Amino acid sequence: MTHSQIENVSRRDLLKGAGIMGSFVLAASLPPIDKAWADDPPKYGRDGMPHGWVNDPRVFVSIADDGTVSIVCHRSDMGQGVRTGMPLIVADEMEADWARVKVVQASGNEVRYGNQDTDGSRSTRHFMLPMRQCGAAARTMLEGAAAKRWNVSLADVEAKNHQVVNRKTGARLGYGELSAEAAAMPVPAVDSLKFKDPSQFRYIGKEGINIVDGFDITTGRAVYGQDVFLPGMKFAVVARPPVLGGKVKSYDEKAALAVPGVEKLVLIPGPEIPSAFLPLGGIAVVASNTYAAINGREALKIVWDDGPNAVYESKAYRADLEATARKPGLVVRQAGDLDTAMAGAARKIEAEYYIPHLAHATMEPPAATAVVKDGACEVWTSVQSPQAAHDLCAKVLGLASDKVKVNVTLLGGGFGRKSKPDFAVEAAIVAKEMNGVPVKVVWTREDDIHNGFYHTVSLERLVGGLDASGKTVAWLHNSTAPTILSLFKPDPKREMPLELGMGLVDNPFHVDNIRIENGEAPAHTRIGWYRSVSNISHAFAIQSFAGELAAAAGKDQKDYLLDLIGPARLVDVSSVENFWDYGEDAKVYPIDAGRLRRVVELAAEKSGWGRKLPPRHGLGIAVHRSFVTYVAAVVEAAVDEKGNLTIPRVDVAVDCGHYVNPDRIRSQLEGAVIMGIGLATKTQITFRDGKVVQSNFDDYEVTRMPEMPGVTNVHITPADYALPPGGIGEPGVPPIAPALTNAIYAAIGKRIRTLPIGQQLAA
Amino acid sequence: MVALRVNGQEKSFDGDSSTPVLWYLRDILGMTGTKFGCGVAACGACTIHVDGEAVRACQTPVSDVSGKSITTIEGLDPQGNHPLQIAWRDLNVPQCGYCQSGQIMQAAALLKSNPRPTDADIDEAMYGNICRCGTFQRIRAAIHQAAKGT
Repeated sequence: MTHSQIENVSRRDLLKGAGIMGSFVLAASLPPIDKAWADDPPKYGRDGMPHGWVNDPRVFVSIADDGTVSIVCHRSDMGQGVRTGMPLIVADEMEADWARVKVVQASGNEVRYGNQDTDGSRSTRHFMLPMRQCGAAARTMLEGAAAKRWNVSLADVEAKNHQVVNRKTGARLGYGELSAEAAAMPVPAVDSLKFKDPSQFRYIGKEGINIVDGFDITTGRAVYGQDVFLPGMKFAVVARPPVLGGKVKSYDEKAALAVPGVEKLVLIPGPEIPSAFLPLGGIAVVASNTYAAINGREALKIVWDDGPNAVYESKAYRADLEATARKPGLVVRQAGDLDTAMAGAARKIEAEYYIPHLAHATMEPPAATAVVKDGACEVWTSVQSPQAAHDLCAKVLGLASDKVKVNVTLLGGGFGRKSKPDFAVEAAIVAKEMNGVPVKVVWTREDDIHNGFYHTVSLERLVGGLDASGKTVAWLHNSTAPTILSLFKPDPKREMPLELGMGLVDNPFHVDNIRIENGEAPAHTRIGWYRSVSNISHAFAIQSFAGELAAAAGKDQKDYLLDLIGPARLVDVSSVENFWDYGEDAKVYPIDAGRLRRVVELAAEKSGWGRKLPPRHGLGIAVHRSFVTYVAAVVEAAVDEKGNLTIPRVDVAVDCGHYVNPDRIRSQLEGAVIMGIGLATKTQITFRDGKVVQSNFDDYEVTRMPEMPGVTNVHITPADYALPPGGIGEPGVPPIAPALTNAIYAAIGKRIRTLPIGQQLAA
Repeated sequence: MVALRVNGQEKSFDGDSSTPVLWYLRDILGMTGTKFGCGVAACGACTIHVDGEAVRACQTPVSDVSGKSITTIEGLDPQGNHPLQIAWRDLNVPQCGYCQSGQIMQAAALLKSNPRPTDADIDEAMYGNICRCGTFQRIRAAIHQAAKGT
């Protein structure tokens, strides 16, 4: 795809206020329809995403006469700070004064903006370059306009901090004064653009940037999906089947309608399983306020036909996973001769690790408001993928694409939950029955816990062979877990490359004889992606086992981990079929053992690895590459005589290549530590009779303030502009749980192999 | 009918007085700064002040606040410049921000009764306020910073 010849359509709108609101369609971003796809090389990174990317300043930038620069953020902000980070890149490259920048949130329209699916820790990775191109093009157009006004050559002018300066005369023109003329300039070809040298950056990579929504958030003005409030609107909650695939058998319509404030019931059809992102079906109760809707729903007294998934019971399922993982599985990677090496090993160490289902439990439960009127549907909601919401609403309502608009609010947490647009579709279905009256579908916390898309449950079996010196010479790993693919295809039972590539087949250890297997596991609930996805289970098992092998060999954990990683090199995974490297070209983002070593060494150094500790304190270390970023963690754990766990200190080292906003890197990693501690210590979803056992924050326990580490220090390797940017939202989570359980082992000699820890430390 | 004050304004409510204040504020007054997080007083997202005390709006029926004075995040400071709000912005505390109305309201009640809280005081006061993004370290730092400034 070439963007070097973007056709300059509707140029009067560009850079002028109207540019953002226009209906300009960038034809260049669409792949040619008549092309023979079979001959195409595979596409990676931003090129491989639906609707690719757009770098046109007319789409992203507009300048008001008073000089206010509006920059569109087309990605969803769920706390990772993308509404600050994306516009910051544009502002820096176009020499705009950040204090005079206003951020405008894009609605769902990937043809216009490029891919908007905000998950996979991709925003900076995929859009750093297009946003720099966008900013550089806008700067060049402003310079061109000034040069024209002064009748000098482009070389004689320079954009600097919201003004263009005439180098010869010292005259200056503000961006506001130039907006109309800049709008009339042609958009320069990408290969003609001059980019700022990193040493000239004002904002990229710098400290001291405040998040753009700070004032609104701290004053209650910020609007999330749950907060959309339209005149005359109604409020609905939905009774959904407690078991996946369940159907309504009977219900008390009269009793529900008799509840004061309840106005209407809307039946939502149950989907065929696998149901992808479709709503689960059930009955919506529409009322004059949410409380009345909740009461009306209780009065429904629905009897459900649970269907075949009622067999799902977590304890029995774990036993099945264990039995499967102990049998040979499908080999997904091998090197050397594992069986011979294992047979000849001086010692053989075996361990099984269990990691339960998790629910995202975003602080904002899902919610969407919709109005269907005059053959069109408009939705306001907190979704990670507004285009997916748009497309599914259009499909379910039978509307043409241009008759649906999805507006994106702030997201009160995402963690992968809100990339599934089922809740937006529910609102659209209910709104269709409302004669043009807007309706908000509110998920309660119980709905969120009971009817989610759960992180998979997994059994990881590892066998290691050590030689007489304690060196690992054989490594067998069987990973067995129900797959996300079961959302989309009749249960395939085996994990797909995307899951296997998340820390399993990309194991970086320098062991001569390796075999990695995947067992079959049926899905009985909706398996979804949860912040860092399969990396959670794979990293927990591999990094725990590294600690176990170190202990067996009588070596220091950190030294043994570095020995396992081996020398600085690019890890060879060429034997893996369909290796998935987070959608990237593995040549651009190789698995770099040197970078792994560097974060291990940095975390160890900063944490004072080897320092003297009080009794019953221990240090644990873990490292993991995910979302093409490298993170190591050192946790100090303390366990008292009664088994109470405290975490005096955590040090995290991260190498994400080059980056935009170090404050948001630290905040993501501080948050990942909290989430990692939560899933290590107490967070889990279990099933009985096919239903989720937990309901709310009283029994689905998450980390609270007193359980946080005494201090969390985040150490970022210096931005290296020779390295492409990596992800930040997710990679912080995986190493935390194993670093913690390694620390617990160091503290009291107890090895944790089942998460969450729960009462396992109780004396 | 229930008469009450919300951020200094006289209000009256003649609906079902068992309605939690949370839904009265959000769905009837359209004041959405007070957030819905759990509905069972387990997360603190809906924290408001009733006559200066921090309470969970989701478990407080309107009948309980008859004749009382409610303060929400929108009314904590007319300009949004309560020392906690300033400290929160200064330290970039929020990530997604959804729980932060409740966190700030809970912290404001703490500082009123204890202007110089220790870490342990803060932990105790803030235990009921969940943040899934994990901003606790900065919340604690912001409370200390605001306490110094007052």
